[in-house]
Amino acid sequence: MSCTHENKPDVIEVPITINRRWPEEGYTRIPAWVYTDPAIYKKEMDVFFAGDTWNYVGLECEVPEVGSYKRQWIGDRPVIMVRNEEGDINVIENRCAHKGAQICWQNTGKVKDFTCPYHQWNYDLDGNLQGIPFRRGALGKGGMPKDFDVKKFGINRLRTVNRGGSIWATFSDTAPDFETYCGEEVLAEIDHMLPGKKLRLLGYSRQLIPSNWKMYLENLKDPYHATLLHSFYITFGLWRADSKSECIPTGGGAHSVMVSHNEGKKKTEATAEMERFRDDLQILDAETVTPRAEFNRGRVGGAWVFPAAQFGIQANSLKTRHVIPRGPDSHELVFTYYGYEDDDEDMTRLRLKHANLLGPAGFVSMDDSEMLKQVQTGISGYPESVSVVEMGGRDTEPADYMVSEVLIRAFYQYYREAMEL
Amino acid sequence: MNAVLDQTHMPTLRTALRDFYDDYGTCLDDWNLEGWVDFFTDDCHYRVISHENKQANLPLGLIYCMNKNMLLDRVTAIRETTMYEPRMLRHFISGVHIKSVEGDVIKAQANFMVTEALSDQEPTVNLVGQYQDVIIRTQEGFKLQYRDCVYDNYRIRNSLIIPV
Repeated sequence: MSCTHENKPDVIEVPITINRRWPEEGYTRIPAWVYTDPAIYKKEMDVFFAGDTWNYVGLECEVPEVGSYKRQWIGDRPVIMVRNEEGDINVIENRCAHKGAQICWQNTGKVKDFTCPYHQWNYDLDGNLQGIPFRRGALGKGGMPKDFDVKKFGINRLRTVNRGGSIWATFSDTAPDFETYCGEEVLAEIDHMLPGKKLRLLGYSRQLIPSNWKMYLENLKDPYHATLLHSFYITFGLWRADSKSECIPTGGGAHSVMVSHNEGKKKTEATAEMERFRDDLQILDAETVTPRAEFNRGRVGGAWVFPAAQFGIQANSLKTRHVIPRGPDSHELVFTYYGYEDDDEDMTRLRLKHANLLGPAGFVSMDDSEMLKQVQTGISGYPESVSVVEMGGRDTEPADYMVSEVLIRAFYQYYREAMEL
Repeated sequence: MNAVLDQTHMPTLRTALRDFYDDYGTCLDDWNLEGWVDFFTDDCHYRVISHENKQANLPLGLIYCMNKNMLLDRVTAIRETTMYEPRMLRHFISGVHIKSVEGDVIKAQANFMVTEALSDQEPTVNLVGQYQDVIIRTQEGFKLQYRDCVYDNYRIRNSLIIPV
């Protein structure tokens, strides 16, 4: 009796049905279920991370040599960033074309090619299937069918772009080109931080935050909280409600640009509203809060590049932030710190020193990770609850002040349309 | 004081170092952050760094104090500006190992494990790794001149509120 596939059932694509209704007020409200519903999460992974978006993967300097690779995720899909023999940087799926095993089991490394240990299927650095042991059988028996075409079974290689040393990838053939996707304002922020100079990797910071990934996105689109929660920031003039600033939603609300101008420690009317301002606090190591003048001239901020990347400058600390969703109630936050090859020792020291402000032990960031956990826990207990974002008004227009939730409103305006909610 | 420690005294030194390591752990467990600073020399280096970074020779630390003033500033920040939920942290230090002794300069290492108990959650293993130290024997006892807390964790569980 031969084994045939005549009875193989048709593959039916079951669309994810979301039986949810957004509060009637619209984007000034955020229903708790966007942070907890597994069906919403699954749809987000498809629509935002496997859809018409460009996703941050890494920096050129992380894969300096031919065969250097880095393991990464786009949404919840494992990928590999690797430099090929021509010196170009590929992003390929971290998945053997045979049975789906991850072929890359380490954060970073260097290889001549990729071999899946299971059945030794071998791929080149572009993902092309080069060889299958026993393809022609063994001892005259077995082997792959004669019409088996290796060209059809390579590892999927994503469309990629290298912008000033930052590597971006998309699973989609229909995503617009990178420049169009970003838009002028966001592109300017990326180019500002990556002006084409050779980069030097300084290291990674990784943390697992027990909240939905969108809460982090909102946090970085929320200059309103910065001046109230982050006592360290306010006290040492690194970010203030009365500084010159801009909040600009772009990309229909998906992206945003947020900027403030460092004006040093001072007391004004606005200070009185900031309960956590500490006039008496002195820092012993002044350098920790005193950046050396660099190209950005005291300008702090950056861009959220939807879905999951942030580019921003904090004192002399240059870094990218990347969010990897790990289920509806958890996400990984990765900081990649870098400098330039032509930084002197002094500048490198400052870059490392200012990294004390950020990350899981960051003087300003600790407050955020602690806060996000509380928000996730709170809304999880009340699944029908609704958040209110009306600070600064009820519109989605750019603002030249910081006490505003306009970037969050603009985001959910975009989100509802993209998710058909 | 002998310039070079005789091999037969190593067990004594190791015992003394074990006490030093335990005292350090207890100090932090008690949230005696001000006392923590006294474990260090003025020209100290204190860094909490991932194994990932250290192995790749990447200098980035989550906490990176390059002198005693920065230790003091970190204590100020935690006491006065950081917003965090209360927790109990507990150090378990073992495997103290002396790598070298040259005069009063001791290179040593030890394993650490820190458990964390939040007010509404059971204790978890929070951070695991190895102290990599240069310890100076002074008139006031042992002082850390260099400490790298090299953690095995791939990711920090949310936040790292106090030093390790």
